[in-house]
Formats: sequence, C-alpha cells, structure tokens
Amino acid sequence: MSTTLNMTEINLREVNSTLQDAAKAQANAAYVIENPRGSHAVACGLDGPLTVTVKGSTGYYCAGMNKEAAITVEGSAGPGVAENMMSGVVTIEGDASQYAGATGHGGLLNIKGNASSRCGISMKGIDIVVHGNIGHMSAFMAQKGNLVVLGDAGDALGDSLYEARLFVRGTVKSLGADCIEKEMRPEHIALLTELLEKAGADAKPEEFKRYGSARKLYNFNIDHADAY
Amino acid sequence: MCGIVGLFLKRDDLHPQLGDMLTDMLITMTDRGPDSAGIAIYGDETPGSIKITVQSDTPEAAFEDLDAALCAEIDAPVTIKVLDTHAVLSMPEATEAAAIAFLEARGLRIMGSGTSMEIYKEVGLPREVAARFRLRDMGGSHGIGHTRMATESAVTTMGAHPFSTADDQCLVHNGSLSNHNQMRLKLAKKGVFTRSENDTEVGAAYISSRIADGASLGEALEGTIDDLDGFFTFVTGTRNGFGVVRDPIACKPAVMAETEDYVAFASEYRAFADLPGIEAAKVWEPEPATVYFWER
Repeated sequence: MSTTLNMTEINLREVNSTLQDAAKAQANAAYVIENPRGSHAVACGLDGPLTVTVKGSTGYYCAGMNKEAAITVEGSAGPGVAENMMSGVVTIEGDASQYAGATGHGGLLNIKGNASSRCGISMKGIDIVVHGNIGHMSAFMAQKGNLVVLGDAGDALGDSLYEARLFVRGTVKSLGADCIEKEMRPEHIALLTELLEKAGADAKPEEFKRYGSARKLYNFNIDHADAY
Repeated sequence: MCGIVGLFLKRDDLHPQLGDMLTDMLITMTDRGPDSAGIAIYGDETPGSIKITVQSDTPEAAFEDLDAALCAEIDAPVTIKVLDTHAVLSMPEATEAAAIAFLEARGLRIMGSGTSMEIYKEVGLPREVAARFRLRDMGGSHGIGHTRMATESAVTTMGAHPFSTADDQCLVHNGSLSNHNQMRLKLAKKGVFTRSENDTEVGAAYISSRIADGASLGEALEGTIDDLDGFFTFVTGTRNGFGVVRDPIACKPAVMAETEDYVAFASEYRAFADLPGIEAAKVWEPEPATVYFWER
C-alpha cells in the first residue's frame, strides 16, 4: 500500500518533510510522487528506509544526500541527481543530466538512460551504473567506488583519478590525466558481475575494460623540483 | 544564471498558440532570471514589407504621430502597432536603412528589424513583462525568450535579451563571455558595431557578421566554439527557425524536447511541464560543442 503525494496540490517543502518524517520513522513505507513537473530537490535528505516512486521528470538535485531510501524516477533527472548519496538505491529510468552521483559516499545510482558530463565527479564510495553513455570529465577526481558504463564515455574520463574503479563497455573518447587502462583480473570480473546483476543490466563482464589511476599524480615529482 | 526558452511549431494550425505556450515557458524560468525578460517572435509577414521594433521610456510622446512623421521622411506608407514601451513600424523593405536612421535620430532605441521578427524586452519580472506586451495573444511560427540575471552589464532595456544584430536574426544567451571586448574591437574593424556594453550582443554580432560573410547558420554557430571564449548556451533565431550551441565545457544547462507538433528548448525541463504531449515527447540534452538547428 502506498501513499500518493500530488505535487500540483502539495508544495515541494511539504512533500519533502512528509518523506523525511516517514524515512525517520523506519517503517519502510511506500510513497508515490505525482506531477513532479521538473521541480528541484525532490525527495532530498531521506534518512531511513523508504520506497519512493517519482512519476515523471525532476529538476536539479533530486534524491540528494540519500541514506537507505530506494528512490525511482520514472522519467529523466536534472543536474546533480543523488548528489552526496550515503546509501540506498536511486534509479533513473530516463537520462540524468550533469554531475550525477557527485561526491557520493555509498549506495547504488542506477541510470537506465544516458548520463551527461561530470558523472561521478569526486565520488567517494558510491556505485554508479549507467546503461547508456556518459559525457566528458566523468569520474574527475573520483576517490572510491565503482563507475560502470554499458555505452561510451566522453572526453577526459577519470582525470586526476584516485582509487575509484571505472568499467566501460563501449569506446572512451579520451582518458584524463593519470587515468590508464588496467588489467581485468578475476576479482574485477566478480565485482562487475555483482554490480551488473544489482543494476539489472544485460551485459557480460568480459565485454568491459577497466580503467584506474596510474598513481603518478599522488606524489610530488622530485625531478621537477628545480622548476619551482 | 539566466533562463532561455525556445519553441518552433511544426504545424501551421498551432501558430495562434505560440505566444501562450512561450509565455508559460518564460514565466517558469523566472527564478533563473528575475531582472528582465524578452522575447523574439517570428510570424505575421507581409511580402515586400519590413518591420522595425523600437522602444522608448516615454512611449506616449515618442509614438504619437510617429507613423506620419516616418511616412513623410521616407515617402512611403507606414503602419504602427504600439504595445506598452514598444512600437512595431512596418514599411516597404527598400526604405529600411533610411527609416532606422530617422528613428535613431529621434532618440528611439532599435530592438530589431526584419520581415518576420518582432522583439519585446523590458526590465521587470517575466510575468509583468509578458503582461505589458500581451505576449500571450501573439501568434507566430517560432519564438525565443530569455529571463535575465545580469552579470556582464547593467539591468537596462538595452542589456536585456534577445539581441538582434541583423534583420530577422537574434540571440539569447545563458553564461558569460570573457573575450567580448577583444571581439567587439575585431568586429568594429570590420565595420560591425554593437549598441550596448553587453557581452551577448557581441556574440550576436559575431554570428551575424559570419552569416553576412557567407557562412550558413550552422557554420556561424560552429565558429562560436573556436572564436568565443567563456561559458555559453546560445539559442539563435532566424526567419526560418532556430539553432542551439553550447560551449565545450557545457556547465550551463540545456534541455530539448521534440514531438510531431513542435521542437522546444529550455534551460530546465520545468519549462516544458505545460507543453501538450510532453509526457510522450523525445527529451534530450544537447551535446557540448555540437550545433543543432531546425528550419522550415
């Protein structure tokens, strides 16, 4: 049994406070949001188990700071979806705009369509699965977690990358500074198998290439000391 | 931050609804740009006739008998349509240059001219600006609009978008250009002049000057990627349609929607919420450094 909140009748602030209270109650209730009409910050800051289905497209910062909740957007999401997510699952049935999953610490962001530029920028432990393509500068300064892309990646993938793992099935337009292709070892195949299954993605782990940090930017290069 | 909207109608029978649809889109973008608002609307052509849109802060005095005075000056029939601070004067195409010189000499501000295009822009909330010009009642084949949050120049009528630098051509912009002073000088050396201190007007003048040199709309828009430095999502209107281009970094948002009836552009999806059939529309984000255009 789910509760319906219609955004043509209830304003955003009230919708979010209803959801936040329900999440805190730890009752794992189900909510349906109707007529989001591209509103900003829908279903933000949920701190507890809750199932939320958004019937339509959302604007900036949907599902930001999510903890434990399972949020599905039955449409496309604007910039900054699931920003700084801690745990839980956020599913976007359509496309996601720029910086999806930015700074995310945990949980799964599952994007069924494409994600545009800066997907997973500065990610810190989140798993992101994109069924389509991703745009330029994705996983910039990504520290931890996994970014899986079934389609192609744009320019400068993984620029200034730390320890996040990037798996791309299609082509990569260019790699960013200090990002290199790495060997797919059995543990990576196992990890990717698990992530693809969690995301309901129809792809074979063997079809992917792995990219990671060359770790050349970690330390000051003494050879250049004279330059300063 | 600014808001941009655009709507291109594929079906003639929808033309009377253009203003209504575009006004809702414009008002939704108010919180991206509450300083001023503007719209360029294309339609209502008379063969052999040109329209000049002018603005005055003292419209009652400035527009009284303006048509008769202009008629006497250019020795040709002139009609006038007054909407708040703006007036659209129509006259034979061949008299355009003389008419513009006469109107400027009378202290009127030229918003734009063309066989099809009319431009209305003012300082104020988009809802108020739309009401003053009765934008909802306007028909046409396509139009582009802008809600402004000023960064590069003062909040004035002349600083509001759209900017028109050639007949039937105009530009709206979200972002800021960093090499506009240098480009303004380069264009001036070619004899292309701008009317304001605004960065976007330089972008518009750049595109017009490329087209005047023989480039297609697509080539002129591609040129912005190499020759203009800064952040931009541009939408440019022409007599036949509109074009979209984003800079390679593409941090300024953009979303497009297409159905059998229309192609729509906006800074955010919110602006599409009231468009008919939007639930089933193809909705996508234009790629960085990629030119898109629709023409009839």
